[in-house]
Amino acid sequence: MNNKILIVIAVFVLNSVISSAQNGLEIAKAADIADTGFGSSTVQLKMTLKNKNGQTSEREMSTKTLELKNDGDKSLITFNTPKDVKGTATLTFTHKIGSDDQWLYLPSIKRVKRISSSNKSGPFMGSEFAYEDLSSQEVEKYTYKFVKAQGDILIVDQDPVDPKSGYTRRVVSYNKEKGYRIEKVEFYDRKNALLKTLMYSGYKQYKGKYWRASTMVMSNHQSNKETTLQFSDYNFDQELSEDDFSQNALKRAGR
Amino acid sequence: MIKKIVLFISVTLFAISSIAQEETKNKATHDFELELEGEYRYFFKAPSFNNQKDHFPSIAVRPEYNVAWNDGYESITVKGFFRLDVDSERTHWDIRELYYQKAKDNWELSIGLKKIYWGVTESNHLVDIINQTDAVESFDGEQKLGQPMVQYSLNTDFGTFDLFYLPYFRKRTFPGEKSRLRFPIIITKNDIGFQSNAEEWRQDVAFRWSHSFSVFDIGLSHFYGTGREPIFNFNLNGNINAFYPVINQTGLDLQITHDAFLWKAESIYRTNIFQDMFAFTAGLEYTFSNIKSTGVDIGLIGEYLYDDRDELALNALQNDLFFGSRIAFNDVQSTEILLGGITDLKKSSKIFSIEASRRFGKSLKLEIEGRLFNTIDANEIILSNFKDDSFFRVTLFKYF
Repeated sequence: MNNKILIVIAVFVLNSVISSAQNGLEIAKAADIADTGFGSSTVQLKMTLKNKNGQTSEREMSTKTLELKNDGDKSLITFNTPKDVKGTATLTFTHKIGSDDQWLYLPSIKRVKRISSSNKSGPFMGSEFAYEDLSSQEVEKYTYKFVKAQGDILIVDQDPVDPKSGYTRRVVSYNKEKGYRIEKVEFYDRKNALLKTLMYSGYKQYKGKYWRASTMVMSNHQSNKETTLQFSDYNFDQELSEDDFSQNALKRAGR
Repeated sequence: MIKKIVLFISVTLFAISSIAQEETKNKATHDFELELEGEYRYFFKAPSFNNQKDHFPSIAVRPEYNVAWNDGYESITVKGFFRLDVDSERTHWDIRELYYQKAKDNWELSIGLKKIYWGVTESNHLVDIINQTDAVESFDGEQKLGQPMVQYSLNTDFGTFDLFYLPYFRKRTFPGEKSRLRFPIIITKNDIGFQSNAEEWRQDVAFRWSHSFSVFDIGLSHFYGTGREPIFNFNLNGNINAFYPVINQTGLDLQITHDAFLWKAESIYRTNIFQDMFAFTAGLEYTFSNIKSTGVDIGLIGEYLYDDRDELALNALQNDLFFGSRIAFNDVQSTEILLGGITDLKKSSKIFSIEASRRFGKSLKLEIEGRLFNTIDANEIILSNFKDDSFFRVTLFKYF
């Protein structure tokens, strides 16, 4: 009798675990599909770093992204300021499975260096964004657990597959009615304490389909530092190809 | 000779400006940058040779201009350089870059003075041969003179193919009488002749194939022309007979990137009328990143350097071991430190180095360099001249 109840409870729990994992994965897939087909884009990016005393410093970058059908995106980021790193550029080939390929261009000596992409958790240019926060978000990089729905907002717990990630989990809020765009991400550190919150705002829809935020604010709750990303001049019509993401293109971008 | 360079530049400028005018239908973007530099070098040991100074204040200016059109696929880049120094030979100017570039689909064409870098290792740059070294500018040889060229580059699924036509040779400048890091005899540019009767105007060519796939980055190159490195013969009276030979040089560079490991190797095989030579540098770099979530990265570098030349080598790295550490704080000011040491495996000679940099505010950067020559073996033909030339350098950059 007791055993039967236990089995029933076990089956029920197992079912809900599997279905929450499936639901979580389905939401992530739905978000991925909603953003499929954009082809390529270019955008100007201003990063404002604020320390706990409120002092700020800025970096400006140009970013190009190419969508690939069977693998992760390719991206090329060029620094415009601060002036001492002007022309420094990175080329990243994201892979759905396995580590990404990344090259760094140093304009002063014209050198292209292949760099290790194993540093996921380190800060990007002294900001509150880690490298893994800025890399292309591929479905395969996490395992999923559906948490709850709050109206149109679907909350999904995501565990990074890569053991080198700086997080135990991320809690992502998707907006079901707006093409599953992300409204908020909470990051939990390796001790499972809340580390950072990323808020998306100023969304605009491009090509009648693709939602892009114009502002992203990353707040670090442990250091009280904050980094704001402001995106401007989104362009989805330049029709970039793989030739715009070669090492020659990397050198051209940095000059 | 300077007249010839100016003539070449003028012809290039005229050609590109006429091309540019045709294309002005597209909106062009202009970009002008200016960099000022104040530098102080201090050599803290008494000099080995007469008239050498200890203190070297210096200023430098680097203006640059870029105009791009046709969605950035066509551009003209100009980068100038001028330095004023205590040493008259180190007071020099150069056009580092002045070229027109066009990219279309999978090819790219560049015409003019340009700088090309090849290679992967940190302690030595063997395969890098296109540009002449600006030998008075820095000790590490990473500063280069602008090289006139036509470069055609083609990207394919089998890698990138680069063809270079190099119509003019740039001579290396050597330190003057007041300068440190020189030989007992002052070598001037014109003391060094050529094997080729065409002298600077020997028409040189180079080719490179490079490919990146999975964890591999590989490059295979060949250069046929006047070598960038002069050959020195010291005769019994201590006089130097030096000239630039015609060489064939085949180079290989390879990097394997696996997790936080970078495995690196460079090798060259060079032939000229005097000698066949072989050299390689190989080693690895491992980075401990974001240590204890502080954001700090510490990289460790180890490289072995081999060169089978002896007296004919201008390079002092025949059988040496390099150890280095790169510390990046990844802070708002981009603070970085590079520590290194080269030790000769057979002789007592050692060179230690420190390079550090940090940004201040929006547009200032401070750089510090130290080079220490330690227990230099008296039998080192090149290095023994520098045994008292350990120095510190402080440089402040201002960007406009």
